[in-house]
Amino acid sequence: MSYVAIADRDHEVEHHDPQTFITKYIWSQDHKVIAVQYGMTAIFVGVIALILSAMMRLQLGFPDSFSFITPESYYQFITMHGMIMVIYLLTALFLGGFGNYLIPLMCGSRDMVFPYLNMLSYWVYLLSVIILLISFFVPGGSTGAGWTLYPPQAIMQGTPGVDWGILLMLLSLAVFIVAFTMGGLNYVTTVLQARCKGMTLMRMPLSVWGIFMATVLGLLAFPALLVSAIMMLLDQNLATSFFMPAISSMGADPGYTGGSPILFQHLFWFFGHPEVYIVALPAFGIVSDLLSTHARKNIFGYRMMVWAIIAIGGLSFVVWAHHMYVSGMHPYFGFFFATTTLIIAVPTAIKVYNWVLTLWEGHIHLRVPMLFAIGFIFTFIHGGLTGLFLGNVTIDLPLSDTYFVVAHFHMVMGVSPILVVFGAIYHWWPKISGRMYSETLGKWHFWMTFLGTYAIYLPMHYLGFQGVPRRYFAMGNTEFLPASAQDLNAWITMSALFVAASQILFFANIIWSLTRGPKADPNPWGATSLEWQTPDTPPKHGNWGHDLPECHRWAYDYSVPGYADDFIPQNVPPDEAPAGRQHDVDEH
Amino acid sequence: MEFILVVLAVMLAILLGWLLKQSFNTQPWVAEVVEEGAHRAPMNANAKVIALAALLAVITSFFALIMSAYALRMDLGDWAPLTEPQLLWINSGVLVLASITFQWTRNAAMRGDASKLRPGMIVTGVLTTAFLIGQFVAWRQLNASGEYITSNPANAFFFFLTGAHAVHILGGMYVWARATIRLFTGRGAQTVRQSIELCTVYWHFLLLVWIVMFGLLLST
Repeated sequence: MSYVAIADRDHEVEHHDPQTFITKYIWSQDHKVIAVQYGMTAIFVGVIALILSAMMRLQLGFPDSFSFITPESYYQFITMHGMIMVIYLLTALFLGGFGNYLIPLMCGSRDMVFPYLNMLSYWVYLLSVIILLISFFVPGGSTGAGWTLYPPQAIMQGTPGVDWGILLMLLSLAVFIVAFTMGGLNYVTTVLQARCKGMTLMRMPLSVWGIFMATVLGLLAFPALLVSAIMMLLDQNLATSFFMPAISSMGADPGYTGGSPILFQHLFWFFGHPEVYIVALPAFGIVSDLLSTHARKNIFGYRMMVWAIIAIGGLSFVVWAHHMYVSGMHPYFGFFFATTTLIIAVPTAIKVYNWVLTLWEGHIHLRVPMLFAIGFIFTFIHGGLTGLFLGNVTIDLPLSDTYFVVAHFHMVMGVSPILVVFGAIYHWWPKISGRMYSETLGKWHFWMTFLGTYAIYLPMHYLGFQGVPRRYFAMGNTEFLPASAQDLNAWITMSALFVAASQILFFANIIWSLTRGPKADPNPWGATSLEWQTPDTPPKHGNWGHDLPECHRWAYDYSVPGYADDFIPQNVPPDEAPAGRQHDVDEH
Repeated sequence: MEFILVVLAVMLAILLGWLLKQSFNTQPWVAEVVEEGAHRAPMNANAKVIALAALLAVITSFFALIMSAYALRMDLGDWAPLTEPQLLWINSGVLVLASITFQWTRNAAMRGDASKLRPGMIVTGVLTTAFLIGQFVAWRQLNASGEYITSNPANAFFFFLTGAHAVHILGGMYVWARATIRLFTGRGAQTVRQSIELCTVYWHFLLLVWIVMFGLLLST
């Protein structure tokens, strides 16, 4: 059967431009529009989660000052904050948003290979978000089980939202996983099958590598969450005993036999740990491209960066039980998982070294995306180092469930990916919207966010060492904590409110750009990758006009010796490089 | 959790091995002409084939996880082994037959023998529907003998596993139905051929899942 790759087909036969407003912007099958839809929805729920975190911090910083924050609502706030941030914001934004936008453009394709499935993926994702938001308004409110939803407490009387909240949460997750799978099949297939001519795997920008590997992880790991969600739904509604142990609830026997809560933890973290890398790998990839572009240097150790992404992807499946040390396990298991956890730090450290070495002697332009990328290196190193502490059983046991853990995972998978998200939005915004934004506002946004998050999370490490437990509504009378711990908590709350408020600058900048922003140059940063070489800015439906691009080089030809420009786009053939050429590229 | 780890290791080894093979001995920083078709998918596969392979990997992960959970849960004290209805043997035979007829239909489609496609698809559909009905009857038999989903964790897993399998077959039936309708209305002859080809793979895959699952259920 002779088959012509979509990327190779003639463009007239291939696509039909959408005609009406509805098909162009609502029921759109264009990957760029779907990316923006994903992005807007994710950021919308992200703002809700941000407000929830501010409410939590109000209670923690100034206990008993706000009558509308009850212990029940507090637990609902932390649960929904965590779940929204990890799944509905970060996963959706990196893969649904940036994955959708960047994969076809960077690989030189006209669109995803299954545009209809792609559109369906967004609308099913939106459905999962709607189910999630409905759970705020049902009787009993949303679930307050903690984002990990551990049974038995998640579905037992006494936990907020035990009637409807948890049900809708699990349903929403199941729907989300369906949406993700539809999108994920598209991303994987597009990367493998629809690259333009000359675009070998090893010429793909690292953003695509990161998104691709993260998608593979997601496709294989999300089923674990689906399985545990279905089993918990059965436990809750049909009284099976997958997870629920023989237990009496408020003097009554709910009819459970000897199920295993630990089984849930295994399934949950079998998903949960790869999830960390589902969020981290796209961030790794994107930050590599930002650093290289704005330092005008090729990425240091490209092949090593690719192998590190592959290695991290494989290893991320064998570290999950380091989240369960306190649940109790055979000492050899603890040893095994501590070892794998330390091993996964090796490829991660390689990436960090390579980022720093990319900056070394680079021609660094401290533009807004670059500030965020460099900020990411700082926060990621901080969060990564504390991860080495917590990966060891003996250190994890006393620190588990303290603010140290909260500080660790917020630094490593909260703040760091979010800095990359902002960096990426500032970087690609001229391409997405065709307009520039205010550099000044962007820089204010960066410094307030970056310094603000340090003001929040550095003190948290210290509180953790003192033994301040996480998830508590109020400390009460704890003798081992000095009264000054409360002062620090108040400081953290003030900082958190400051950081939350400073995000207004971002939205103000976006609105300013859309209404008054000057028209953007097609390639304002002098970047090499294909998305900057489109005939139109923003790219039209079909991306490339009449002819598909041809790729002749990798995406990191910056400051190549002997060339007039300090960058050579990927679609420039070797013999057509800009004037001033003196000798071969073999030199480096 | 050993089972899922082994399954995942195999799947990841295939993918990562292929990726590494692409990346060794390359010098991406050299701008040179690469061989024709270097941007193509492995084995020049088309998009639907790759998407199906990825989907099968996802479904494999899904069932391997349930079976891993099965193995973990089985060791706890309240587990009482379930005696599977004898009907499941007949159902298994029907599913094997469905796979065989689908393969036969596919072979005819590959040869371009259009006259055998309609009967082949109909017979396959009937057999697959018979399997689903058989599974439902097996559930009813269990219920009739007092074995409900809540009676025991072994029962809960039995209903969960067989139910999940049936749902996946139903998903396949949706694609089968679309292909059959197109076959009878005569539209999209070319795409029908590929639908039949891919459906056959999916049917074989779900048969394999069923055999592993049935073996696990019987042996415990």
